[in-house]
Amino acid sequence: MGAAIITNLPALLVVVPLLLAPVNSLLHSASLAWMLTLIGAGSSFIAALMLQSITENGVRISYHLGNWEPPWGIEFVVDSATSLTLVVMTGLGFIATLAARRLVSSEINDKDSGKFYAAWMLVSGGLFGLVMTADAFNLFVFLEISALASAILIGMGAGTDRRALVAGFHYLVIGAVGATFYVIGVGFIYAMTGTLNMGDMAARIPEAGGGAVLHVGFGFMVAGMLVKAAIFPVHIWLPAAYSYAPSAVSTLLAAIATKAALYVLARIVFTIFGGVPEIADIALSNVIVPLAIGGIFIGTVMAIYEADIKKMFAHSSVAQIGYIALGLGLATPAGVSASFIHIANHALIKGGIFMAIGGFVAALGARANLDSITGIGRRMPITATAFLICGLSLAGLPLTAGFISKLYLVRAILETESYLILALVLISSALSVVYLWKIMEVMWMQPAPVRSPKLAENPAIYLPLWIVAFGNIWFGIDASWLVAAARSAATALLGGGA
Amino acid sequence: MMSLQTAMLVGLLAPLVVALLTPFLAVRHIWRDAAGPIGGVITFIAALEVAMAVLDGQTPRLFVAQIAEGLAIEFAVTPLGAIFGLVASGLWILAALYTVGYMRGNHEKHQTRFAAFYAVAVHAAMAVAWSGNLLVLFIFYEILTFSTYPLVTHKESAVARNAGRLYMSILVGTSVVLLLPAVVWVWLSTGTLDFRPGGFLAGQIDPAMAPILLGLFAFGVGKAALMPIHRWLPAAMVAPTPVSALLHAVAVVKAGVFTILTVVVYVFGIDFLAKTGASDWLVWLAAFTILASSMVAITKDDIKARLAYSTISQLSYIVLGAAIASSLAVQGAALHIVMHAAGKITLFFCAGAIYVQAHLTKISELDGQGREMPWVFAAFFIGALSIIGIPPLGGSWSKFILMVGAVEAGYIVILAVLGLSSLLNVYYLLEPLSRAFFRDKTRVTDVAFHPLVVVPPVLTALISIGLFFFDEIFLDLAILASRGQQ
Repeated sequence: MGAAIITNLPALLVVVPLLLAPVNSLLHSASLAWMLTLIGAGSSFIAALMLQSITENGVRISYHLGNWEPPWGIEFVVDSATSLTLVVMTGLGFIATLAARRLVSSEINDKDSGKFYAAWMLVSGGLFGLVMTADAFNLFVFLEISALASAILIGMGAGTDRRALVAGFHYLVIGAVGATFYVIGVGFIYAMTGTLNMGDMAARIPEAGGGAVLHVGFGFMVAGMLVKAAIFPVHIWLPAAYSYAPSAVSTLLAAIATKAALYVLARIVFTIFGGVPEIADIALSNVIVPLAIGGIFIGTVMAIYEADIKKMFAHSSVAQIGYIALGLGLATPAGVSASFIHIANHALIKGGIFMAIGGFVAALGARANLDSITGIGRRMPITATAFLICGLSLAGLPLTAGFISKLYLVRAILETESYLILALVLISSALSVVYLWKIMEVMWMQPAPVRSPKLAENPAIYLPLWIVAFGNIWFGIDASWLVAAARSAATALLGGGA
Repeated sequence: MMSLQTAMLVGLLAPLVVALLTPFLAVRHIWRDAAGPIGGVITFIAALEVAMAVLDGQTPRLFVAQIAEGLAIEFAVTPLGAIFGLVASGLWILAALYTVGYMRGNHEKHQTRFAAFYAVAVHAAMAVAWSGNLLVLFIFYEILTFSTYPLVTHKESAVARNAGRLYMSILVGTSVVLLLPAVVWVWLSTGTLDFRPGGFLAGQIDPAMAPILLGLFAFGVGKAALMPIHRWLPAAMVAPTPVSALLHAVAVVKAGVFTILTVVVYVFGIDFLAKTGASDWLVWLAAFTILASSMVAITKDDIKARLAYSTISQLSYIVLGAAIASSLAVQGAALHIVMHAAGKITLFFCAGAIYVQAHLTKISELDGQGREMPWVFAAFFIGALSIIGIPPLGGSWSKFILMVGAVEAGYIVILAVLGLSSLLNVYYLLEPLSRAFFRDKTRVTDVAFHPLVVVPPVLTALISIGLFFFDEIFLDLAILASRGQQ
């Protein structure tokens, strides 16, 4: 029995959430649906940890769905890169679920909760599948599952702010464009190679001789993923989507959604097209690196001028995604492992930040902006302190996870001797201090407005919030596990084989 | 006796224990108020033990954690660190006594919170002093900033809040934007951050880039109050005087110049700087700060504001010594950390004592008050003479060595700068005294005698005298510090 579970872990990771979704949608009790979701999220996390422990030494699991041999059947591949991404996604997904109970009940109608958690499970299952699948078309299916469900979740923010509907719609349309681009690209490559299995594609692409078809196919696939990963300038759906979605959803999406797309982007470039470096390298150094830097700057600057807190950090996410994409763009082992380190650390940082903002919003009963959170440090000290820790981590101060991220990214850039990029990264990271300072100053150093209502802390989110805050410090002091895992992930990705 | 590791643990943790216990001891005010001085004595004994070991040629070490390769949380006491540790812990004893007198005499609110953060700040200062690498130094440098914020804004008034905002934005801003990149730069180009006698940058970085890196350090360390990033220091004077005395004349600002000195001696290496001339520009900036802030000090009527600008000027003596980068100049700078600390804390103690006892804050109000508070003004006189650098006071040694160091390194103009600065010191530090003793009284004051605010300045004044005759331990440590490669 135990052995059967372990061999089928990759499939279970997708199937369990997808099966829990319809059950959830039938439930009328919010608590019951939440409990079920929590169990689903928790078991996914355990499954991901088990996969990680199996693959960390370079073992590569190939799972054939329904025992159909690839390239005809669908194959799931889990190597150390996959499993690290999965651990981050499932871990933060679990923590976001822990926090969701209280955050959701304050923003969403109780009778819709069942459907909410159904969509929540669909997003999770879809994204887990997205990361594991080695079948290019199956990837598109998972992409659509998660995108549709995410749009539902974002739209559910309409209870507090009607703009969530527009944001959800934008997300849906732009996301569909991205997915369509991707599938068109797959079509081209399929026409050329006659296979949909990524490993097979990778093997046949160099032989197929390339030419325009290859370029176009590659271009469409990458462009599609750039949209999904919210890389500048196709990031425009992200700020609105994150900021009008219910807080629990912002937490979930910030922690896991774009991370999955970034991972897929890396798979496309390094695994599928790893055999034709002349194409992949051009895309990396001439497209992804400049766009990443553009995103870093645009996100940071927009965050500086933003007064709405959720939007501020949504813009900041655009910048942080830029850092991750930049590491991938360097295409060196150091750069890619820096990306993986930041994928994990950024999930910790943003997960905590959006959770804390959710706490503020619940207490304020209104959107959090620079005016309404004035002096909140003294009014909600426990939530605000966790927020502060995550903020320090975002700024990259020593003893926090963010510092480790920046350090490894800077070192990777230095290795490639691109001093211009280095200078730009340092400038942008100095700029990011501006908005963080602005918000911390308002929160901690300004007195609360007179006649302000008393704010109630949310003990229900203490546990998940402080797990994340503690994680930010833990991975700032002892980064050895993460650094080793990221290194092994980079080896798995750059090593070629899919 | 204690083992060295134990001594280090005690020195680092005793202030923290005081901070943590303070809220619980607050049930009896006498317990709470005794905790500070007792903690001070314990910390000082530990610091003395550690300093003796350093004099013996050892490097006391305490390893805490490994973050990643080449990045560790480790304490290792350099001779400079031993000096700073002694100063911070020794003066804490008296400052803690003084705090009790000041806070009680002034009927300040939130005395428990104040005492707790005060001790945290001392803890951070000790950790800065004994840090074994740049990372640890940076971390506790930041903790020092954060722990002093509640002290600066203690009054919770709008003025205090604004000052606190300026204080944090300059100190945190410069450290995150300039100092941290400088630390990362060092790590990336050398793979290590551990302090090493003689420095470790020579041959590792392009000499043409050295002035830029040094600039990141000099301006990143806002606590050294080099112009133009000095504004936080006068702003911080809204804090109760015990804060100005121990923290903004000793622990915080000295942590700043200590950082610069440490970077020069143990990261760059004096020889490297002297050879490349990378610190030449800093000599002139420091000289400018010395003179400009002395001029500003003359215009200030508020006693604490004048002392603050005097501090900015004196801090630049130390930066100057570091920038000259000769072994004599570094000795002078290291000694000046001690001498200025003893002198300036005396002056601040006196300013606070005058405020507690007579509620005077301005120099123009001091006319004829000398006889009302003879002990206080006598202490002020001695402190002022020490800052000016007149024998037989401690301050004369450091200034003398600095001057010799400047000449030896060929900076003749600096000699003139130091001389001129001394003259300005004479004017702005002795003016309050001449008013107090030689003018007629213009206002009637009801002086209430509070022994706890009078005894500490008298003691620190005596220390200033004592430091002239018994400066051996500090001089030996300073010589050890300035001796490049061993």
